[in-house]
Amino acid sequence: MLSIISLSLFGILNLFLGFLKSRRVLLPATLLFIALAFAANLLDWNHQYVYFRDMLRTNNLFINFSSIILLTTFLTVAISRSFGTDEEHTHPAEYYAIMLFSVVGALMMVGFENLIMLFIGLEILSVSLYVLTGSDKRSLRSNEAALKYFLMGSFATGIFLFGIALVYGATGSFNLSAIGSYVSGGPTTGISPLLYVGLLFILAGMLFKVSAAPFHFWTPDVYDGAPTLFTAFMSTVVKTAGFAALYRLLTVSFTGVYGLWWQVLTGVTVLTLLVGNITAVYQSSVKRMLAYSSVSHAGYLLIAVAAKTPQSPSAILFYSLAYSIATITGFAVLILVAEQKPIEGRPDERYEAFNGLAKRNPLLAFSLAVSMVSLAGIPLTAGFWGKFFVFSTAVDRGMTNMGMVLVVAVLMSVVGVYYYFRVIIASYLKTGDSEPIGIRPLYRFILVLTTALTIGLGLFPDVVRQLF
Amino acid sequence: MPVFYPLLAVNSAIPLSYFVLASAALFSIGLGVVVVKRNAIVVLMGVELMLNAANLNLVAFSRYDPDLKGQMFGLFVIVVAAAEAVVALAIVLLVYRRFQTVDLDEVNEMKR
Repeated sequence: MLSIISLSLFGILNLFLGFLKSRRVLLPATLLFIALAFAANLLDWNHQYVYFRDMLRTNNLFINFSSIILLTTFLTVAISRSFGTDEEHTHPAEYYAIMLFSVVGALMMVGFENLIMLFIGLEILSVSLYVLTGSDKRSLRSNEAALKYFLMGSFATGIFLFGIALVYGATGSFNLSAIGSYVSGGPTTGISPLLYVGLLFILAGMLFKVSAAPFHFWTPDVYDGAPTLFTAFMSTVVKTAGFAALYRLLTVSFTGVYGLWWQVLTGVTVLTLLVGNITAVYQSSVKRMLAYSSVSHAGYLLIAVAAKTPQSPSAILFYSLAYSIATITGFAVLILVAEQKPIEGRPDERYEAFNGLAKRNPLLAFSLAVSMVSLAGIPLTAGFWGKFFVFSTAVDRGMTNMGMVLVVAVLMSVVGVYYYFRVIIASYLKTGDSEPIGIRPLYRFILVLTTALTIGLGLFPDVVRQLF
Repeated sequence: MPVFYPLLAVNSAIPLSYFVLASAALFSIGLGVVVVKRNAIVVLMGVELMLNAANLNLVAFSRYDPDLKGQMFGLFVIVVAAAEAVVALAIVLLVYRRFQTVDLDEVNEMKR
């Protein structure tokens, strides 16, 4: 709770820091703010609090999810730079502030106890991201991505909101536990059909935000057009917060109609896995490949939600952590490599840009290789254990229900190996130009840190898992 | 002498299902506009219709709720929709400056 309030204040403070002549203070200040919020967040460990007449609930699950969100934000901010070369037209203070505000929205989505908070959290997160997507104001692609993201996003918000209204009509409450007791308590007249329609609408809205097929069509264009730094931010923070919200909503409020939504979710899961992985194979740009890969990872996370076993939250947590760290590393390397040889003023994001990376900068090549291996789910990396825990929740639920999903998921992880390894092959086996790439110390530190975390979590997953 | 509120008296005679039907119609119109129209501003209007359809539902349902939670939510939705419209118009303006059009089919740099 303290983290939400402090982040809101820090965001405003950040805006004021923008008035300073020197901009060098902004990055360290933002990092400090996020670190402070992280520390404030940990104060509530092992306590349960409910705030503002049942609006927000903080418990260990909230702290775990928000720690992952704050950690990924910290890493993303740390790899950010001046947002362009032109001093006159860049506004780093605003972008940092908007990032902090969007994290406030994400934290509200993680801790909501009332659908009002879910709606407002989702909107704070989304509206901030519309702005960040369009932040490269002079790029046509960034503008187009922002327009597409906004139109599709607000469309999804409309559907989501209508769903909430219908659920309210059926149950007479926005409170999660009140809805839950209506649904599972079995009202004498039977559950109102409004509730089913409302649930499906809410699901459509939430699945859109986490970019699960068939609601994923905006993802490639938006992720491709947005500045790469904010693509990294979007694909990690929104996914973690969205899955935390989805899991919380479905398990607390709609456990009574599990028979209805697990079927919907498994259908969506299979479709997401197929579409995400198979389309990723055909991409010629690494950025677009990572966009489709984020669609496919939404599919793996959905397995744990649809299984709904007691292990599901820890599986979702571990998977989000592994996925977030590896994705940030991937995008961080992509930012550096792509800007070396721009084509027509745009960063070169094709696979060919990675040719001979191992010779140009061994650290970049190695951290890229580790992150791709982790995303593919090869043992000894965090990604393997993420997939392992997610698949084991499906096994716990039973093969009659989840068998089909498991088969598809395992097959699609194999497909994933193909497109992730293309990057590694390009950087280690192909020859390109030999001009070395220099890295700043902070950037280097972040890459080493994320790589070490990915390998460390792969070797000792229980160190983190016992907290979850 | 009792004060007579003609509007209230009429309102209380309208059953809930009328409100739900009206809001469903509004929602469908908004959805149709978003799907069919190609002008970004008109699509934006469709989205607003969808949000207001939800609002109508919330307020109609909250007549049966002594806490008026639905009306409170409705207020939040109005505020959020206003904030969203501000960002939307800024984005549309920026797109218009770059592309010289707000037709969604022509704003398509990514496929080239």
